[in-house]
Formats: sequence, C-alpha cells, structure tokens
Amino acid sequence: MNLTFTGVLMFMISSVLVNNYIFSRFLGCCPFLGVSSKVETATGMGIAVIFVMGLASLFTWLAYHYILVPLGLTYLNTIAFILIIASLVQFVEMFMKKSMKALYTALGIYLPLITTNCAVLGAAILNITEGYTLVEAVLNGVFSALGFLLAIVLMAGVRERLESSNIPNCLKGFPISLITAGLLSVAFMGFVGLGQ
Amino acid sequence: MPSKGQKPSMGGVFLNGIFTENPTFRLVLGVCPTLAVTTSAINGVGMGLAATFVLLGSNLVISMLRKFIPDKVRIPAFVVVICTFVTMVQMLMQAFLPSLYASLGLFIPLIVVNCIILARAEAFASKHTVLASAMDGIGMGLGFTLALILLGSVREIVGNGTLFGLDILGAGFEPMLLLVLAPGAFITFGLLLGIINAIGNRGKTNKAAKGGARA
Repeated sequence: MNLTFTGVLMFMISSVLVNNYIFSRFLGCCPFLGVSSKVETATGMGIAVIFVMGLASLFTWLAYHYILVPLGLTYLNTIAFILIIASLVQFVEMFMKKSMKALYTALGIYLPLITTNCAVLGAAILNITEGYTLVEAVLNGVFSALGFLLAIVLMAGVRERLESSNIPNCLKGFPISLITAGLLSVAFMGFVGLGQ
Repeated sequence: MPSKGQKPSMGGVFLNGIFTENPTFRLVLGVCPTLAVTTSAINGVGMGLAATFVLLGSNLVISMLRKFIPDKVRIPAFVVVICTFVTMVQMLMQAFLPSLYASLGLFIPLIVVNCIILARAEAFASKHTVLASAMDGIGMGLGFTLALILLGSVREIVGNGTLFGLDILGAGFEPMLLLVLAPGAFITFGLLLGIINAIGNRGKTNKAAKGGARA
C-alpha cells in the first residue's frame, strides 16, 4: 500500500466493504449476534471495538517485531497477543473510568466483552501474517473495526424490525438472525472486485 | 485427591455435551469457527478434533489446578492454560498435517478465544473432579465436532456435490455454489438450527414454545 490519499482510501474500501470481518471472514461473530438487538448498543459496541482494535494492532505489532522476533520467540505470538489484548482492555477501562467519564458510561460495559472478541486477536495475527508495516497494521485494525461497526449496526437495524414481525417458532432468536446475516452477506458479496 | 460421588454420572456428563447441551446447536457458542471452517466436511473434522484436544487438555489442567488458582485472577489463568494447548495444537498440525493447517489457517490460533472452551473451564472444570472434567471436555468436543461435520457435510453436498472429497451426486447435479461461499455459512447454520429447534420443540408439546436457542 502506498500512503497517498487514494492508497489509504482503497485500503479502507477493501477492509470495510470487500473483506468485511463479519460477512466474508467470520471474525467477531459472537458479539455480532449477541449485542445486535438494538441499534444504540450495537453502535456502542462498534465504537469500542474500533478503539481497542486500533490500539491492539499498534501494540501487538510493536511487541511482535521488537520483542518476539529478536528473542526468537515468534511461536509464542498467540499467548503474547492475547495477554496484550487482555491487559490493554483492562487499561483502557481504567483510564476511561478516571479521565473520560462520559465515554466510560457509554462504552464501559462493552469493554470486557472485547477481550474474547476474536476479531481483535484475528486482526493482530493477520497483521503479522500479511506482513504489514506499522502504519498499515494500525490502519488495518481501525478500518476492519469500522467494517465491524457497519455490519453490527446494519444487523441491529434489521433485528429491531424482526422483533415485531411474525416468525415461525422454531426460527425465533438465533436462526432468523443467522439467516438475516446470510442475506446481508449476499449483499456484501456485490462489493467483491471493488478496490484492489 | 478429589472426592468421588459426583451427582451426574460419567456417561451423563459425556452425553450432555453431545446432545442436551450441544455447544453449537443448543448453546450457540463458538459461532465464528463454526461458520468459517465448514466449507467441507473434512475441515469440520479437523477443526472439531483440534478443539476437542484443547478442551480436554485445558479441562484436565484447570480442574487439577482449581484449588490453587485464586478466584480473582482465574480468567487470565484459564486463558494462559488454554493458550498453551492451542499453541501445541498449532505446532503439531503445522508439522504433521500441513494441508489441513493451511485450510484452517487463522482459525487454529483463534481457538483461544472460542467461547466454548472458556465457558467449560469456568462453568465445569473449575468446579468438578479431574475425571468428570475430562469426560466433559471429550463430550463437549465431540458434540462440537459432530455439529461441524453435519454443517460441513450439508454445505459440501449441496454446494459442491461431494462428501469428504468423494463425488456422490454424479455429474448431472448442478452444485449450488452459494452454500460454500460466505453467505451459505450463515444461511445453512440458521436453517439447521431452525430444524433442530423444531424437532426439539415437537417433543415437549404445548410447553410454551421458547423457540430459538438459549444464549
């Protein structure tokens, strides 16, 4: 990727629309299905994920290239990354509680959930396997999380409508949500070929 | 030594994971790998067995250590144990099953954040004996594996006309490619869940149909 405006824009389109984490990579499906019943909470979750995923991409990239590689411990990357993400989430939570009260009350409850969001760990690992530079890694984290926000808000919008519709008993809850996600995913397939 | 005389029998614990509390179809945990790797039945087997190994190992170790791990730091401690086994699986697979490793890719390290494993550590292994926890690990793991095989088989048969790589529907069959692509994962899983709920609901007649799986 070249760091021109168009380069960054193309990178963003490909992370948000073409390779959407939910609809084409299946990362972060648990919160996607769990926290998408209201648009408001879905937005909160999405924003918290952007925040954490950007920071996590930064720190895991630094830890990998400046700690694990020089020591020859790259096989420990999964353990190192999950510990970094868990402590990062804890830190962000404490920091927000102290100095950003408003943001904390809005996003606080979603933060602990993010530790087990596989999108965050997935992004950290993908940044390494794809051989991104530091800037690319952070951009990838932020843009992918933006794609997550888009997906979860779209889904929440549809699910709010589903509440009041007449659904066969056996499909209520998860099954109909999955089928809805499938249809949304068909729509997102239309973006394949865009960007790169 | 942990005392015997558990309430649930070993067989009961084992079957619980496969049927009553099947992690995929009844509890709907670990959705990401379920959706991502089930493009074919064989991938389902690989992922399921890898997760079973991790579940068995982490359940064993966590139930052995359950008296030593302080309550406050139990989640990080569990995660480190789980992570160790995941790294082992990752290295073993890379060495002995490179093609399967390549097709499962990212989702092997992501077993760490699979909710099934942490959920069993928290809900079962930290409270039960070593033997019971091992049975629970195997039961849950096999339940997960069977669910993945079922989902993988349906997608492979309808989407590709094959099962475990064997052509079973003949040349006249027009494969429905959508099912092996991303949307097919969501739709097939949703429909299978619906069918299983319908079968489950029919058993308990008139009992206020809850519908949907419990989260």
